[in-house]
Amino acid sequence: MKGLLDQQFENGGVIITKVDDLLNWSRLSSLFPMTFGLACCAIEFMSTGSTVYDMDRFGMVPRATPRQSDVMIVSGTVTFKMADRIKQLYEQMSEPRYVISMGSCSNCGGPYWQHGYHVVKGVDRIIPVDVYVPGCPPRPEALIGGILKLHEKIRSESRMKPTAIEQLMNKDAQHV
Amino acid sequence: MSEKKERILSIIKEVSQEEIKEIPNSTPFGVIVKKEIILLLCEQFHNDPDLYFDMLSCITGVDNGPEAGTMEVIYHLYSIPFNQSLVLKVILQRESPEVESITPVWKTANWLEREVYDMFGITFHNHPDLRRILMPADWKGYPLRKDYKHEEYYRGVKIDY
Repeated sequence: MKGLLDQQFENGGVIITKVDDLLNWSRLSSLFPMTFGLACCAIEFMSTGSTVYDMDRFGMVPRATPRQSDVMIVSGTVTFKMADRIKQLYEQMSEPRYVISMGSCSNCGGPYWQHGYHVVKGVDRIIPVDVYVPGCPPRPEALIGGILKLHEKIRSESRMKPTAIEQLMNKDAQHV
Repeated sequence: MSEKKERILSIIKEVSQEEIKEIPNSTPFGVIVKKEIILLLCEQFHNDPDLYFDMLSCITGVDNGPEAGTMEVIYHLYSIPFNQSLVLKVILQRESPEVESITPVWKTANWLEREVYDMFGITFHNHPDLRRILMPADWKGYPLRKDYKHEEYYRGVKIDY
């Protein structure tokens, strides 16, 4: 679906769309990330928010509290001491909530995978992850790529799951 | 340098009344001392007007492994007015590594000793607040010991890759 504003206003100012599409569009156009970083990936995250990469053009304004955040960008090494805090922050976020795992450390433990007794080998052992961004650390372009990937995911979401009806309708259409 | 060194050695001789063991090839100059006198020595070095070691730069723990059966605690002292460094080393038994805390002399020893305790399990007597500083409070074992094996799970999360 094109963005609502991209559609031409030639129907007397009336736009016809699906509720799903409208909600998805509004959600993905203002993903507020939570202001928090764990390690060197956080520097790239900050850089993504700076003027050069301008995260704000995606409607992303870092929020200081999980209650106002839509997406958590886990940027850095997740230690076992930090794991409880991350889980608590995730639980404090209101739904719908998304998680981007940024960098090798939070994807799978990164350089600490073998001898890092203190590192959780992937943040997905604690909280569900929507998008993984590889890199050590990923450049801001890569993080933006991950954000766009998350946009894609949100765009295809549905409030209802009418898959059974859809199939039935498809079958009927074939018969006619 | 040499007169400071002599002053250091004479203080150690006064306190311990034993033969002094210098650490070979140590830069800066270092001495192995008995663990019983470490607090007394540090007080002297801190208060002596000719030495005035006003800064504790670092405390290091070393585990020599189960075969050697010893652990070490190494203190790096520094005197800002005299630009003089000194290394003190105590050797502890590995079965019960205990040494007196030097927090009465330097407040910064508080966190340094907590770190050594956290990583090596060396107990510092009369420490005001001896608990883990880096690892979670309910962590099992001391990670930098040579024979350390971590648990399989921590709070239900698998540790291994």
